Amino acid sequence: MAEIADTALSDNRLADAKRLHEARATRTRRFLLSPAILTIGIVGLFPLTITMIYSVLSPGTYGGVTWELSGEAYIQFLFERDIFDDTLTFSGSYLQIYGRSIGLAFVTTIGALLIGFPTAYFIASKPREQRNLWLFLITLPFWTNLLIRTYAMLLIIRDEGIINLSLMGIGIVEQPVSILYTDTAVFMGLIYSYLPFMVLPLYASLEKLDFRLVEAAYDLYANRLQVLRRVIIPMAKPGIVAGCILVFIPGLGAYITPELLGGGKHLMIGNLIALQFGSSRNWPFGSAAALILMAVVMVALLVYIRNAGKEGARHG
Amino acid sequence: MKRMLTGLTAVAAVGLAWAGPAAAEGKLNIYNWGNYTNPELIEKFSKEYDVEVTLDGYDSNETMLAKVKEGGTGYDIVVPGDYMIQIMIGEGLLAEIKPNEMENFKHMDPKWVDVWWDPGRSYSVPWQWGTTSFTVDTEVYTGDIDTLALLFEPPPELQGRINMLNDMNDVINAGLRYLGYPRCNGDKDQLKEVTELLLNAKQYWRTMDYSTIEKLTSKDVDLSQNWNGAAMRARAQRPTLKYAYPKEGFTGWMDNVAVLSDAPNMENAKLFVNFIMAPENAALISNFARYANGIKGSEAFMDPEMLDAPEINMPADAPTPDFVKPCPQETVDLYNKIWTRLKQ
Repeated sequence: MAEIADTALSDNRLADAKRLHEARATRTRRFLLSPAILTIGIVGLFPLTITMIYSVLSPGTYGGVTWELSGEAYIQFLFERDIFDDTLTFSGSYLQIYGRSIGLAFVTTIGALLIGFPTAYFIASKPREQRNLWLFLITLPFWTNLLIRTYAMLLIIRDEGIINLSLMGIGIVEQPVSILYTDTAVFMGLIYSYLPFMVLPLYASLEKLDFRLVEAAYDLYANRLQVLRRVIIPMAKPGIVAGCILVFIPGLGAYITPELLGGGKHLMIGNLIALQFGSSRNWPFGSAAALILMAVVMVALLVYIRNAGKEGARHG
Repeated sequence: MKRMLTGLTAVAAVGLAWAGPAAAEGKLNIYNWGNYTNPELIEKFSKEYDVEVTLDGYDSNETMLAKVKEGGTGYDIVVPGDYMIQIMIGEGLLAEIKPNEMENFKHMDPKWVDVWWDPGRSYSVPWQWGTTSFTVDTEVYTGDIDTLALLFEPPPELQGRINMLNDMNDVINAGLRYLGYPRCNGDKDQLKEVTELLLNAKQYWRTMDYSTIEKLTSKDVDLSQNWNGAAMRARAQRPTLKYAYPKEGFTGWMDNVAVLSDAPNMENAKLFVNFIMAPENAALISNFARYANGIKGSEAFMDPEMLDAPEINMPADAPTPDFVKPCPQETVDLYNKIWTRLKQ
């Protein structure tokens, strides 16, 4: 009897200790998470809330807002209000600016993918002990500030820059080739800035690639294109998607690169938003433009997640 | 109005604590345009009055206004442009410190006393003033440079070699002057004409950017809209550059020192306002940023190359600089539409 009671008692004690331990673990977890949650709350959600509120108010006379509800900021995005008779007509100015930014981000993403994929594949196919060196080389540009790197780019491609001076020195061209202050220059700058964001996730998924599967495909008489399309790309897909998202989203909001390398003749989304808080004195419209950009990105991500989910279910 | 920015210098906070043997008697917090304040001036003031000075920078009048409007910034001194002084007085943001009753007021050039943004000078004193026009390389273009036609209908040798300021008001005002229309214009027919002029001229412009000195000295462009002080700094590196005084007119501007109504160190701020009206101190300001200052007798203390610089000393036959007043919101809205269409 005494023996049984003893065991029960120790069982109880054990359970108690376990509960205590779990409670403590939860507390610790919450405690350790709180800086992150607080940071997200304060620097993420709080400003976002302000932006949302500002976007439905009226602009103040000299910047700022007045507390009058108004949907004008959103109407202004698509329509132009006639000064005399207050009628609305469709206006594509802002859509065109968004279109250009989205187009440029898209082309940059494709370009980065085309350059980044062979690079990542090359690194992944190296012996394990060499890979770290190659990865280190990929991340090396991050050690220098983006602004400095963009300025360096400017020095290289300008009319009297290294490329043009050497081309003229060798005698290939008579006049300098104008690259700077064109869309090509912006495209080059964006690819240069964001390429590592493409290479790293691609490498992460290609590294796990089982090369025996590639060999098996060859054994089954697949040609090289078929191996790439049917075996390697499907297995690298998570990396491709992650890389594309990581390049596309910052490319969409890029501010410094188009400003420095593009010559400032065309507005990009980032510059349009900045303008509204400066000399345009229209904070509500600036807030609305920022939120519309965010909505575009979120819809694109949601569509992707839904599709990815379906595909997962089909494979499962 | 980002004339002080040479590149994309972000707001740089520079603490210039005077390391005196004893603890400083008081403090003074200055909020000025970036790269615009002579460190020697601050050091001299700290020593003379035993005050610890801190200096923060901004890159546009609107940035400064937005921050000051929130209140409780802790700043004592701000240096707004002319139209911004008028706005800030109207909003009740500036203290009526009565510089016109201060000891050094007698040094102020009388032509800067009864200005439209602060008649009689009850709130502010001059910091520096200048003009906004443009610079041309006279080796590339040898004709008459004193006309805005070079910006809007350029001769072949300047086509594609032009930088305009990335500033809505500076570009639209130049267009209005070229067509002979008034500034702060709400007339839709006239604005339509300006829009067509700008849209057509855009094909000849290579860039629209604030970093004028760098654009000119690197030979990216041969003509740039420019401020006179920047023009002088660019000419130092490319001697064939010449600052134009177009016959159609050009913009004048003045930045002014004022004290915020919620300044924590009101007495030190007043000391500073009086301090910079002394000619030898005003000269320190000009020697650093290369603009004229509006204080009589400061020439005696200025660098010799400033005294005969054509950018600072206007020719007698040049038009009077046009100090543009702030435009009503309806006009700003119209300008915004033109600007967006120009850059879409």
